[in-house]
Amino acid sequence: MTLAGRLVVGVLLTLSWPLLASDVPATFSTPELATRYEALLGELRCMVCQNQTLKDSHAELAQDLRDEVRRLLEHGDNDTQIRDYLVARYGDFVLYNPPLKSSTWLLWLGPFVLLMIAIAVVVKLSRRRAPPAPPLDEDERARLAQALANSNEAS
Amino acid sequence: MKMIPLRFAVPLLLFVTLVVFLGVGLHRDPRLVPSPLIGKPAPQFSLGTLATPDTLMQRNDLLGHPFLLNVWASWCVQCREEHPLLLDISRAAQVPLIGINYHDELAAGRQWLTERGDPYRLTLFDPQGKLGLDLGVYGVPETFLVDADGVIRYKHIGPLTADVLTQEVMPLLASLERDKK
Repeated sequence: MTLAGRLVVGVLLTLSWPLLASDVPATFSTPELATRYEALLGELRCMVCQNQTLKDSHAELAQDLRDEVRRLLEHGDNDTQIRDYLVARYGDFVLYNPPLKSSTWLLWLGPFVLLMIAIAVVVKLSRRRAPPAPPLDEDERARLAQALANSNEAS
Repeated sequence: MKMIPLRFAVPLLLFVTLVVFLGVGLHRDPRLVPSPLIGKPAPQFSLGTLATPDTLMQRNDLLGHPFLLNVWASWCVQCREEHPLLLDISRAAQVPLIGINYHDELAAGRQWLTERGDPYRLTLFDPQGKLGLDLGVYGVPETFLVDADGVIRYKHIGPLTADVLTQEVMPLLASLERDKK
């Protein structure tokens, strides 16, 4: 095989990597469940690869959790129950949207506090006006009148 | 001493705060997420063991005294690191060890114990990872300290070390023994 041929094969093999994922597409008894399944997976964290959602991850644990979510959906649990089920086992960290509670208020309100401080600083700085310029004396006024007269003639 | 003017002091303070936060964050392992299961009863299960996969055991069969629940698998690289320490614990008979063979095959799990020695009183066989899921397992090996009533008192993620054992597990175990008396 030529070098170019090998390169092509190499690139094709690399691109086909996602096909190796053993994920079986989930099937549901109703389309509504499938929609909720997709939505839930998008907001749940894969604990093994922490910056991926359950939807994106190919980790074995993620597959287990997807199966569990599907089982609970078919079982008739609502979204809150499913979230609670996972939080009871893995903690709040499994949620991409952390709940607002005493340990997370800084996380939720911190940015707004910073914004308030920034606005206060900007307002304070903009109010600090430069002192008014001293009035023109006789000589300066004469030169100003002269300059204005010149510019009027020129135009 | 001359005071630093406010317009220098404030950014300096902000900068130092940021550096401290980032510095602390740098030395923390993002894998270590506090378990919500501490202080909660260990989950129910019905599983066979590696020795007798067809005889099902329940949660209540394990209770009566504190024990360590160690989640392992033959494919788990860090479990290799941890295994000699588990053998030491078993030899010293400090605390009973119960294994959970997680997402593994029967033959592979048995072979592991034959080759490396078996520190466990018994090993629950959990090929589907069902008990692992109920325990919130995500980074094998994981170790739980369960008290006599079946309440989870402590969880360690990653391989146990001698330091963790002497500084965290044993004191907690001693306090459990004291409470019983």
